[in-house]
Amino acid sequence: MEEQVILKTPLYEKHIQHGGKIVPFAGYYLPVQYPAGVIAEHKAVREGVGLFDVSHMGEVAFEGRDALANLQNLLCNDFASLAIGRVRYSPMLNPQGGVVDDVLVYRLGEESYWMVVNAANRHKDVAHILAHRFGEVTITDVSDQYCQLALQGPKAEAVLGALLPAQSIPQRYYSFVPEADVAGVRCLVSRTGYTGEDGFELYAQAQDAGDLFDALLKAGAAYGLQLCGLGSRDTLRMEAAMPLYGHEMDESVSPLETGLGHFVKLDKPDFIGKAALLAAGEPKRARVGLTITGRGIAREHYPVLREQQQVGITTSGTFIPTLDAPVAMALVETSCQALGTKLFVDIRGKAVEAEVVPLPFYSRKK
Amino acid sequence: MEIKKDRLYSQSHEWVLFEDDTTATVGLSDYAQSELGDLVFVNLPQEGDPAVKGETIADVESVKAVSDVFSPVSGTVQAINEELLDTPEKINQAPYDAWLCRIKDVTGKDGLLTAEEYEAFVAGL
Repeated sequence: MEEQVILKTPLYEKHIQHGGKIVPFAGYYLPVQYPAGVIAEHKAVREGVGLFDVSHMGEVAFEGRDALANLQNLLCNDFASLAIGRVRYSPMLNPQGGVVDDVLVYRLGEESYWMVVNAANRHKDVAHILAHRFGEVTITDVSDQYCQLALQGPKAEAVLGALLPAQSIPQRYYSFVPEADVAGVRCLVSRTGYTGEDGFELYAQAQDAGDLFDALLKAGAAYGLQLCGLGSRDTLRMEAAMPLYGHEMDESVSPLETGLGHFVKLDKPDFIGKAALLAAGEPKRARVGLTITGRGIAREHYPVLREQQQVGITTSGTFIPTLDAPVAMALVETSCQALGTKLFVDIRGKAVEAEVVPLPFYSRKK
Repeated sequence: MEIKKDRLYSQSHEWVLFEDDTTATVGLSDYAQSELGDLVFVNLPQEGDPAVKGETIADVESVKAVSDVFSPVSGTVQAINEELLDTPEKINQAPYDAWLCRIKDVTGKDGLLTAEEYEAFVAGL
């Protein structure tokens, strides 16, 4: 591991002011929770609206005639049909078929795209992208120029509605409005998120972060807007069974194993990792959901057992507030993936009963 | 943050309330519950288990993580607060009422902090 300096997002002082409990995460000082606590923050997003600072996320700009061709080679999802104003998710693979990162791609213009990457992977991603760069394309890491705020929850649209005219609010999930004026701050407004709830992600110039944060906080007050930290971000994404890099996937896990097959377009002419995925054949592991039916909370990287034999490992595990129960996700041998399969999780030396259940643990009523 | 004056504390943020010379109840300080966040699970020892000063006697789990509770004294577990198994949030709501266990035949009282000493200790963290 290289020596790492821990950075502050442009909203660091705001987090302190509002009582955020600060922890280092992915190279940034970020609030793990505010005084309300993880459970209250989680419920606010499920029932009302929450605001997260996700400025640590990275943005890489692709510009030029071969921007699309580069993305098509780098990513296993298909971007040929991605329209301007739309967003699409994809894993990015290494030549061995493991996951380098999982990213969102925004199509900003005819030959202009943004790739939004995980903070912890940013420098690795950029090196990988540049190593495979070809043709006429300018690739720029613009992460430090932008802040990102996530406004999430069933009342998120109403909060934005107090600040923006209707035409500046993207209507379809995974679409965006490239330029909106939020209380004098120029933003890209995207209808995306990582909570399993309706919501938006707003990108603005880093120097405008404080003004944007204050404007959203003010407009949100009438809707009970709750500031939210990394703790609830994790329980929310966990409940929605959204995979997290470094947990459900990494360089040694194939996207087919971790349940991302839907985003792997093997009919695309070529992409990095395709040959390895084809050569590997049917996946030998699968990502499953577990409820812990015995007493205990499974955390990440606990062995999963069947008849005292290890058959897998948990990738994430916590207590999730909406279900009021401990759950985990795990990578297990495919022979154990059927719903209802009775397994055990080794919770610090104690074999605790668990059962394979459908994912996601929670899905919002549409 | 509240630090009750009627009891002693350990540097690992447990409180100890002596009922007599050799019997004490043990719980978590207000500072501890605040640092841990919303507690959702508690593992308690069983009656008759030995309690060894400085060693794990229970664990508490928040949404985010599991944390050990260290016995602030040595002795034998005489009783546990079973109510907490179903309502761990009581530790957050009323840390000085939500006792974890009662220990009898207590030894190893040395090194415990008074409320004033504990307050100074926490202020220095």
